Amino acid sequence: MDRVMPESESSRSAEDCRQLCLPGFDAAEAKWREDFARSAPRAAARENRSGIALKPLYSPADWNGQRYLDDLGFPGQAPWTRGVHPSMYAARSWSQRQLVGFGLPNDYRGRLKTLLDTGLTSVSIAPCNTFMRGLDADQVEPELLGTCGVVMNTVDDVATCLADVDLAAYTLNLGDNAPFTLGGYTFAVARRRGVPWSCLAGTSNQSDYLSLFVANHMFYRLALPGQRRMLVDHIAFMAQHAPKWNPLSVVGQHMQQAGATPAEAMAFTLCSALQYAEDCRAAGLDLDAVLPRFSFFFDISISFFEEVAKFRAGRRIWSRLAKERLGAKDPKSWRFRFHAQTSGSDLTQQQPLINIARVAVQAIAGIFGGLQSLHTDAYDEALSSPTEEAARIAIQTQNVLREEAGLTDVIDPMGGSYYLETLTNEMEEKILAVIAKIDAAGGMYKAVEQGLVQRMIGESARRFQDEVESGARTVVGVNRYVVPRKEDRRPPPLPRLSKDALEGHLRRLAAFKAERSALRVAKALDAIAFAAEHREANLFEAVIEAADAGVTHGELCAKAREVLGDGVPLVVV
Amino acid sequence: MSAAAKARPYKVLITKVGLDGHDRGSRLIAAWLRDAGMEVVYTGPWQSIGAVVATARDEDVELIGISSLATDHRLVPKLMAALAAAGLGQVPVVVGGIVPEDDEAELRAAGVHAVYHPGIGRDEVVAGIAAAIDNARLVSA
Repeated sequence: MDRVMPESESSRSAEDCRQLCLPGFDAAEAKWREDFARSAPRAAARENRSGIALKPLYSPADWNGQRYLDDLGFPGQAPWTRGVHPSMYAARSWSQRQLVGFGLPNDYRGRLKTLLDTGLTSVSIAPCNTFMRGLDADQVEPELLGTCGVVMNTVDDVATCLADVDLAAYTLNLGDNAPFTLGGYTFAVARRRGVPWSCLAGTSNQSDYLSLFVANHMFYRLALPGQRRMLVDHIAFMAQHAPKWNPLSVVGQHMQQAGATPAEAMAFTLCSALQYAEDCRAAGLDLDAVLPRFSFFFDISISFFEEVAKFRAGRRIWSRLAKERLGAKDPKSWRFRFHAQTSGSDLTQQQPLINIARVAVQAIAGIFGGLQSLHTDAYDEALSSPTEEAARIAIQTQNVLREEAGLTDVIDPMGGSYYLETLTNEMEEKILAVIAKIDAAGGMYKAVEQGLVQRMIGESARRFQDEVESGARTVVGVNRYVVPRKEDRRPPPLPRLSKDALEGHLRRLAAFKAERSALRVAKALDAIAFAAEHREANLFEAVIEAADAGVTHGELCAKAREVLGDGVPLVVV
Repeated sequence: MSAAAKARPYKVLITKVGLDGHDRGSRLIAAWLRDAGMEVVYTGPWQSIGAVVATARDEDVELIGISSLATDHRLVPKLMAALAAAGLGQVPVVVGGIVPEDDEAELRAAGVHAVYHPGIGRDEVVAGIAAAIDNARLVSA
């Protein structure tokens, strides 16, 4: 691959350091080494989750700012290490985006209203697993409805979910993938309310089908080639009609949750972004018209410094890849904007209130990493979908960090730390090594088809769990500081959807189907099939029209599958 | 490992029913059981109840492990009934993953042998599964 960073500078740094005219540096350092060895003779060697060996201390011998402009620069300037905006949080706080999704559309509407009143600034819809799989509520076992994500099937359901939301005032985050029915429903609702699509801002935040295929088999409704085609159509449509919309969120979060190390997750994500950019180019799109709307979505583990370094390194690498490898000309194409979510797999079911502390630490790492948008997990997510109280605490945690703790007073406040800058460089090397491996496999699409990425993630997950098993890695409340199970506090169970409410929803779905124009529905489905068969048509445009015609999600997915093939998980053990 | 296991390795089906696809847990458990010398039949996610019953019968497994993250365990009582109807009622079923306490009681009442929660150790899982199979072998002997 193209070289995007210079050779490791560690040896040169030591030389620089002597040239910095720090008289006595060598002698002082040697004395400290002796003192350290004497007072901590059995200090264990430490390694972070990405496998980087850590030293007990970092100094100007490791990093000294000699390459400040090349490696860091100023915020809003290449290579963007210190942040994508010149003013970062001084001008605008990150978006407080919380994943919300449970119950029926009216339940969702009520929960959303509570959260908006608590300070939520960005609306997100997490559909239920039925929707993710491309099915309607009347096609699945009733036990599975309304337990995880909001149950919805039609444009009317989405209209209910968003009834209290000024569509032009909030950013909207749709948990959706090809054929992008949720996006189609939302755009149809906006048109009915007279809100121009050009005013809609938001993200199709599950549009990265490669991450879904690799990491969790969610939202995976079409075969890989069909997914590939529809994503490009979705990107092309938004570039033309909704320039404030982010049609692509390249996701590292799923892969890190599935067990990838932070460096691997960042590398895989950048490889996916390269793949999608190349796919857009192959479809004839101008990269400078689409790259500025690429966004990213990451996990924040509790490995604090490693996460801060991961984000800073990722920002730097992407800017160079976009500019040097992809040849994008517009500086906006080089910006690495990202949403992040605190890691659910670091949370414990044991003593769940400890998770509030974990989430705060994770969130701080994300903020110091320069995120644009943040979801803080509720403390009870290792037990069930979040309860209302836990969801509120999660948002209030963000408010505390922003307005009480002063974390946003200074841009990139950890920049210039000997440790953090060294770690940022070392994470960059690790990430580039994984990118080279994926390049050698022929790029992300091919690496995923072959199961290479899945195997790497599985191995890392295994290594991590073995460390927990052996006690080498502490998980408080699980393998250390354990309290007896009966003394442990449990949050209340999430109420189940009542049988009556569910039956009411199924009745409304039946009535919706009975009342719509069968002719319009049939024509809209034909148009889906036609667009799927003709590469020059835009399939997402047909999806919006089908939404408006009253086509249900299940019907639309079934039609798309007829032409583009069914999504079947690749089993890699 | 018991004398019986040395003679014949334990054969276990690890699978996921319902709609969710998260498989970090199921892949890890499958790897642990293989390392412990068991024969593991592993399927992808999204299995229907009928498919699990058919796999269990065709592969002649001695225990079924269901991994659940997003409430798919609520289908397990139906699975238990389908197994009994297929003459496989003697095959122990264990469930691992995110199972709220109320649901655990329901699963136990439906005949689920054990429910494993997040944070459980490798040795406990391996020993629990081996003991369940040993017991089932004794009963059927």
